Amino acid sequence: MAELLDKEEILKLEPLAEGLFRLDNGVPVLLGGKNKETGKIVFPMPSGAEAERFDVVPLKRTGKLWSWTVQRFRPKTPPYRGPGDDKNFQPYAVGYVELEDQVIVETRIMGDPDQTLKIGMEMELALEPFELGDEDKYVSTFAFKPVA
Amino acid sequence: MRDVYIIGAGIHPFGRHDLSGLEQGVAAARDALKDAGADWQDMQFAFGGSLAAGNADAMLPIMGLSTMQFINVANGCATGGSALLSGYWSIKSEEFDMGIVVGFDKHPRGAFNADPKASGLPQWYGDQGLMLTTQFFGMKIQRYKELYGISDETLGKVAEKAFQNGSLTPHAWRREPVDLDTIMNSQMVSDPLTKFMFCSPAEGGAALILASEEKMKQLGAKGVLMRGASVRTRPQGSFEVFSPSLDVERGGTPTEVASKAVYEMAGIGPEEIDIAQIQDTESGAEIMHMSENGFCADGDQEKLIQDGDTKIGGKLPINTDGGCLACGEPIGASGLRQVYENVIQLRGDAGDRQVPGNPRLGYTQVYGAPGLSACTILSAA
Repeated sequence: MAELLDKEEILKLEPLAEGLFRLDNGVPVLLGGKNKETGKIVFPMPSGAEAERFDVVPLKRTGKLWSWTVQRFRPKTPPYRGPGDDKNFQPYAVGYVELEDQVIVETRIMGDPDQTLKIGMEMELALEPFELGDEDKYVSTFAFKPVA
Repeated sequence: MRDVYIIGAGIHPFGRHDLSGLEQGVAAARDALKDAGADWQDMQFAFGGSLAAGNADAMLPIMGLSTMQFINVANGCATGGSALLSGYWSIKSEEFDMGIVVGFDKHPRGAFNADPKASGLPQWYGDQGLMLTTQFFGMKIQRYKELYGISDETLGKVAEKAFQNGSLTPHAWRREPVDLDTIMNSQMVSDPLTKFMFCSPAEGGAALILASEEKMKQLGAKGVLMRGASVRTRPQGSFEVFSPSLDVERGGTPTEVASKAVYEMAGIGPEEIDIAQIQDTESGAEIMHMSENGFCADGDQEKLIQDGDTKIGGKLPINTDGGCLACGEPIGASGLRQVYENVIQLRGDAGDRQVPGNPRLGYTQVYGAPGLSACTILSAA
């Protein structure tokens, strides 16, 4: 399914949410918010009234795995909008990736959930197709994967 | 300022029941009043709370419309701890002489439903499956294990101890011991934590009667002295549930802050504590909270737990009633259950699970979303 979509097709998908990332010549870049007073960076860029206190900053595309786990049961719907039911649920890995001097970002981790993940390993940003079970279509979202 | 005593402790067994949450709170309140030898009509105040089972003051028409000051408390996982803290100050400040604190709850089965908007988070965070408390617990202990050398088997031993202690505890939900192999080989929920290493949402109620020394003597009651009580929220840079990003500059934890405050109030250090009830939402939490509450250095848990030092009869018995792992976690009642357990232990009334050697100083710590901890230190009379 997801693997059948090639890179070009993923780029054409509608993003899961606006303002999470932008594409620079087809390369995804996450968008954080830098606090105008403290200089601290958060992800995602805050929205609404809170946005006035932040400047949008592009985040580094690579970083180090800070921690990880595997989601082994289907999360409750709502809020989860992934496909399937408890029986055919496909586990996925999640983690935090430390983008040096910027921020530690929580993310889905692409690929086999049982791949070897090790704290400190190099990770890079990618776009991943995400199937919306309630709309029967794919959107794109951000994820990290180990640097090959 | 004057001393505050817990002169009565009551509980409705944790687990799954046909009763409503409120009815379980009422049962706990009656149990506590009976234990103290006091009447509901003599309570000058009540602080009570539940997360999912309605307003605590709904017990007024059942218990009696006494016109007392009754305040509903809602403070997440520290609801019980916050109710107790409020009662503590009410007597310590000399405003009131006697009152009750009560907590109860009744949650649906399975993981708690998460609502991004209610937590001030964007919808996509929940949409793509990142908004789960279980993931947070898995990731916090995963990193801690790597940094400080905690083994998977030690995680299993925490759960094994919990079910062993639960088997000796009348108010526990899980009353059967579970062997280490079963725990280690049970379904993986969020790596490295298996099903038996997680507590479950549950039902139950707990209540305490607080009084001044004078009032206690009038009633001829035997109390346990509250040496300190604290509630603190998270500092900058702490790692908490439902965080789409974390500060690269890492900070402490709410437990460390609340713990430091309660030791200062009591004027004692962690090395003097004889028995501790600390938050064990899952096995990893008990391990990390051992150091966050000052009982050992980071990484020392591996040896302490492997040596059995945290069992009943060990150097520092921890979660002697089986904790959240064996009792389940009815949010509003959970923090008060810990205090109930210490009261019973310090009085020497804990029966089969009694910690030997007449424990004198008992410590409790409840922790929860969105990043707060409540601690108490009690001393035997």
